[in-house]
Amino acid sequence: MWQFFHKLGSPKWFFGIANRLMPWLLWGGAVLLLAGLVWGLAFAPKDYLQGNSYRIIFIHVPSAFLAQSVYIMMAVAAVVTLVWRMKLADVFVKAAAPVGAVLTFLALFTGAVWGKPTWGTWWIWDARLTSMLILLFLYFGVIALGAAISDEKSSARAVAVLVLVGVVNIPIIKYSVEWWNTLHQPATFKLTEKPSMPIEMWLPLLLSVLGLYLIFGWFACLRMQTEILTRERRTRWVKELVQAEGN
Amino acid sequence: MAFDSLTAFIVMEGHGPYVWTCYGVFFLLLGALVYWSLLQRRRVVSAQRRDLARAAAGQSAAPRAAVGASFNRVHESQD
Repeated sequence: MWQFFHKLGSPKWFFGIANRLMPWLLWGGAVLLLAGLVWGLAFAPKDYLQGNSYRIIFIHVPSAFLAQSVYIMMAVAAVVTLVWRMKLADVFVKAAAPVGAVLTFLALFTGAVWGKPTWGTWWIWDARLTSMLILLFLYFGVIALGAAISDEKSSARAVAVLVLVGVVNIPIIKYSVEWWNTLHQPATFKLTEKPSMPIEMWLPLLLSVLGLYLIFGWFACLRMQTEILTRERRTRWVKELVQAEGN
Repeated sequence: MAFDSLTAFIVMEGHGPYVWTCYGVFFLLLGALVYWSLLQRRRVVSAQRRDLARAAAGQSAAPRAAVGASFNRVHESQD
């Protein structure tokens, strides 16, 4: 167990594992995502209340789901950074933050475009929407703070603290639809109950959520590799690898 | 199919513009993120190859040419 933990902290070991995983993550994710989206767009039945605009759900929910779950993963990595000083955890936080920001923006944008025909407005300052906007600013903050501090160790610690402070926002997003009166509908998926939609609607949604998860995994691997190549450029294995890869 | 024809699929009873905008922006941004991440990776690798080649040629002590305006130290007086 501890040996595995130490190996996990080794950038070189991670680099090799990532190389082997990445094709599976990318192609598996692309197939699942496309299957879910084509099914959702063309074959899933129309919603009796919202009409066809509800088909936005097949990209809105995966983006919003991932936006929050990427932040939780970053928070776990931040704890690892602070407690065990593991370099790879900080590499993950720096690599994942821009992907999380794009996903949060997508969730907000698709939500606004969905809100227009459904609620009659692009935007209102209600609890769910505002807390999601705060999540976007948290991602921007993490990216900016990481880029502003050039010393590797102090940057890692400062970013980890910021990520952990911001994690209080996640339960607020999650329960905002229950604590406050909001236009936003309650959660589509709950772990404890059956989905409130028919199977022809939630199955494609599940496929696209899983697909986007895998694609995020690919992004994380690729961007972590880039970060490792930069940080470990003075080591012998990176020098050999760079010579071989650039050809 | 939930639609009778291709036109019905595109129009989506008036909701077409909303739905297709979302899908368009989704793929556009994801595609841009893929492109940007691959570009970053390629830049890092080629910059390091250049450094290695320079070190091999024994020119590692030469100062780097300043690119554009920056707060970098000026190695030689510009007066």
